[in-house]
Amino acid sequence: MKDTTLVVAGMATLAAGTYAFRLSGQLLRARISFPPRAGKLLEAAAVILLAALVATTALTEGHGFSGFARPAGVLVGGVLAWRKAPFLVVVIAAAATAGLLRLLGVR
Amino acid sequence: MSSIYRTLSRGVLRDIALACLAVWVIGLSYGAIAVASGFPVWFPAAQSTLVVAGASEFLFIGIVAAGGNPLAAALAGLLVNARHLPYGLALPDITGPDMTGPDMTGPDMTGPDMTGPDITGPDITGPDLTGPDMTGPAVTGTGPAVTGPAVTGRAWRRMVGTHVMNDESVVFALAQDDLPAKRAAYWACGLGVLVCWPGGAVLGALIGSAVHDTGAFGLDAMFPAVILALIVPDLRDRMTLRAALAGAAVALAATPFLPAGLPVLLALVAVLPLLRQRPSAVTAQAGATAKSGAAPEADGKAGEESVGAG
Repeated sequence: MKDTTLVVAGMATLAAGTYAFRLSGQLLRARISFPPRAGKLLEAAAVILLAALVATTALTEGHGFSGFARPAGVLVGGVLAWRKAPFLVVVIAAAATAGLLRLLGVR
Repeated sequence: MSSIYRTLSRGVLRDIALACLAVWVIGLSYGAIAVASGFPVWFPAAQSTLVVAGASEFLFIGIVAAGGNPLAAALAGLLVNARHLPYGLALPDITGPDMTGPDMTGPDMTGPDMTGPDITGPDITGPDLTGPDMTGPAVTGTGPAVTGPAVTGRAWRRMVGTHVMNDESVVFALAQDDLPAKRAAYWACGLGVLVCWPGGAVLGALIGSAVHDTGAFGLDAMFPAVILALIVPDLRDRMTLRAALAGAAVALAATPFLPAGLPVLLALVAVLPLLRQRPSAVTAQAGATAKSGAAPEADGKAGEESVGAG
């Protein structure tokens, strides 16, 4: 770590800002009268964000492609999850698939 | 806490425990990666406790380790964490002060209803034990025993409840059928993550040098797999699935061109078709409302089966 003060400032910014996000959604909800349809839409919005997070963390590294091993692992995990495999099996299978593929030389 | 066990089925509790275990394992890799990237052990410990949002912490570590400005890394992390705002909007009132939540943190403050007067009621904690002799006045002395803890209790609950809002706790809350179950699932999972994420991070940081190449173990595939497994029950809804795929495509297409974190937010444009579709499809809506009556139950079951059953 080069500049501890700056890094701590960055962490504090991230922590405070994240807390503000967590709080403001709840506070806004208390003020806005809230039709159930909007609730469904927001739920969909959250799922969309998480799906995008899955896609980007699975397929990309920085601004480029992450390589095949990681998305392959995530895909295996996804298929298992879809077929209602136990959660831990899903996660371990994803990691094991990616690890094995790399062991076999697939990047 | 005992009320959590009463409100949630054993299956849901087990699923939450497994999710927390997964978080703990990811925390291990996070702590190890942080130390391997040149951060001191206290850093992942502090960040995991104060931020409690895995993706943004990985992002922060990655950007700073790559030589990026820490404040820029914080902004990128905030972009990733902006999803917590819609989370707060989507959640039912879980941390709010209007429900004093006898179901949740009851025992110490307001909860005679759930925890039962026979257990923690006035008889035990009351004047008999702590009252007149020694500890009573010392502990409760500063204020009126009744109103004081109740007020601070709410403030505390709001503060902590806000801090434990994360992907997992929100997903589990949304998957439950009624408000008490939602609240119990939220708190159980939120507090579990609040313990497991930093706990894993610290242990991972301490082990640190042992796992140099997290890629070799496929640990990098775990994070997306965890999130994916958690949203699979939602993705069984065809409309949500389509929107999620569209959003993921948008995010992927934008990744080469936008700063880290922005593509995920840009995925929100996939909500727009849903906005337009619903009002026009009147007949579909009638079907949808008929379905929505049964949907939460099916959702909850799907969640129970897919997320857990370990």
